[in-house]
Amino acid sequence: MSSAIVELKGIRKSYGIGTPVVTEVLHGIDLLLEEGEFAALIGPSGSGKSTLLNLIGLLEHPTAGDIAIAGESATHLDEVGLTELRGRNIGFVFQFHHLLPAFTALENVMMPAIIRDGAPTARAEATASELLHKVGLAGHEYKKPSQLSGGQQQRVAIARSLALSPRLILADEPTGNLDTHTADEIFELLREFNRERGSACLIVTHDPRLAARCDRRIELVDGRIVGAGLGGDGG
Amino acid sequence: MRFRLPFEWMVALRFLREGRMQTILILAGVTGGVAVIVFLTQLISQLQASIVDRVLGSQAHVVIRPLEEANSRALDPGGSSAIVEPRAQRLKSIDQWEAVMRAAAETPGVVAVSPVVSGPAFAVRGQANKSVALLGVDAERYRRIVRMDDNMTRGRFEVEGTHALIGIELAKDLGVTLGDKIRVVTADRRDEQLTITGLFDMGNKDLNRRWVFVTLKLAQSLLDLPGGVSNIDLTVNDIFAAKDVATRLQAATNLTVESWMTTNAQLLAALRNQTVSNNLIRSFVTIIVALGIASVLVVSVVQKQKEIGILRAMGASSRRIMAVFLLQGGLVGLVGALLGTGLAITLLQVFSHVYRNADGSPLFAARLEPRFALLAALVALGVGLLAAVIPARRAAKMDPVQAIRA
Ligand SMILES: Nc1ncnc2c1ncn2[C@@H]1O[C@H](COP(=O)(O)OP(=O)(O)O)[C@@H](O)[C@H]1O
Ligand SMILES: [Mg+2]
Repeated sequence: MSSAIVELKGIRKSYGIGTPVVTEVLHGIDLLLEEGEFAALIGPSGSGKSTLLNLIGLLEHPTAGDIAIAGESATHLDEVGLTELRGRNIGFVFQFHHLLPAFTALENVMMPAIIRDGAPTARAEATASELLHKVGLAGHEYKKPSQLSGGQQQRVAIARSLALSPRLILADEPTGNLDTHTADEIFELLREFNRERGSACLIVTHDPRLAARCDRRIELVDGRIVGAGLGGDGG
Repeated sequence: MRFRLPFEWMVALRFLREGRMQTILILAGVTGGVAVIVFLTQLISQLQASIVDRVLGSQAHVVIRPLEEANSRALDPGGSSAIVEPRAQRLKSIDQWEAVMRAAAETPGVVAVSPVVSGPAFAVRGQANKSVALLGVDAERYRRIVRMDDNMTRGRFEVEGTHALIGIELAKDLGVTLGDKIRVVTADRRDEQLTITGLFDMGNKDLNRRWVFVTLKLAQSLLDLPGGVSNIDLTVNDIFAAKDVATRLQAATNLTVESWMTTNAQLLAALRNQTVSNNLIRSFVTIIVALGIASVLVVSVVQKQKEIGILRAMGASSRRIMAVFLLQGGLVGLVGALLGTGLAITLLQVFSHVYRNADGSPLFAARLEPRFALLAALVALGVGLLAAVIPARRAAKMDPVQAIRA
């Protein structure tokens, strides 16, 4: 029970509250993600996958329901508490890499540690450099994102998501705008970190090939989980 | 990493460097604004100081005199029929002037006191006969009232026995120079042979023609004021507090006490008007600079929306995002202040070469008082920070998710 890295209970999310047009995007989501699990989040466009990922990543607040990360409820945390809980447990990989253009690859990977520690440290630099090496970007440390290819940028983003050794990686269409070959490489990288470090992964993908290679597929249709949503015993 | 700057500094500097053109433009604006303010302030303060300095070059800050005859009569409760006309030329002494002088010296803000015996006389040499003002002084004390040492063209500012110091114009009029003798005669026919031991130039023809310095004692006997003094001159440490000092002394002594500020009221009013218009210019420039910084930062916040979202998602609190933008404002203000001060120094140098007095000497010195530079830096820093408040709050309030989804 307490080995769940993510536990969602009755999550609802509406947009436009306070305006005449309130849209409920998620209609009561229950979800359990175990430590070290490697899961795909699939579903048609507009079904609420990004919304769900942002909620799990504590970037958005649910309209109703409870979110617990690594056994700790996020329901009553303030912004500082949320930031802290997120920082300790979660790494993000966004669809459009979202690297900081003004900073080098190395600095981008260091950024989560810089923010946590208040300033760059030698250790953060060593870790970042090692991660860049792991994702195959040795020698590219001092390049700005604009000097890297799309696949390289996404590798930097993966290295960055791992900077604080998170127990959970949330990846929103990490291979969405890459060619098949590069997409495979990026996917393999995530898989490798999952195996080596035991980080749980929740990957949003449209690619059935990649989804098939995950341990579990969670399907979202119109804001509801269908199929094997509730872990192993799901219905 | 070459830098080990804190997160906020690192990001602020990087953002400024990334928005190169904007940063250069806003720095140019701040630099220009600070330069104008510093230059104007320095220039006007120097010009005003030199005007005041010229005025005070031959005048005591505060003068204590006996009560005017009219006043003492008004105070007299005696019969109105018994008014005795005072003798026209009769000088009055300050009652118990030693005590008054001691009290004045102990008054806060007073740094020097000097007893003076002054009255009209004629200077005679051969056929020439000139009306002069006899000034009996204690040179040691008087040089702390008027900087006579700087005005001496021949000899030193010292008087003893029957020595006298006269102005260069009087010397020319009487055709005398150092070592020559002149005779002074007063209205009631007292006279004395004086030896000229020094010549002075007050920078004022009238004074150079009229002033004759002798010892206190000699003036007392010539002007028939045995043991008395006609006025006590004071120097105060803050010249613009002279009026207050005078008011306090007047209340304490019940004598006539007048400050240079009263005798030069018109000049002071003019200077004050100048200061007001200078403040107006400075306020406008400051507001324009502040608006410039604010508008550039507002644009920057919009442009950096995505980066702000990323930083937030990476764990940066909204407060730290706010700090990043406040820092940018402060840095632009501070760096602009440094550059602006540099520019102001250059302007002062150029203008002091271009604008000169009639005699070719610079109209003002090409120096900058450190306090103006410091003040400009502080104000620019404050304005920068203040101008950054609105953009910084906008940045802090931005929803990280919106930025990331886009
Ligand atoms: N900030 C928002 N305001 C209003 N509607 C939103 C907002 N964000 C997302 N939505 C809507 O929520 C639905 C789900 O969006 P999203 O989670 O991005 O879907 P997916 O990632 O599965 O494509 C969409 O219909 C989208 O238009
Ligand atoms: Mg999406």
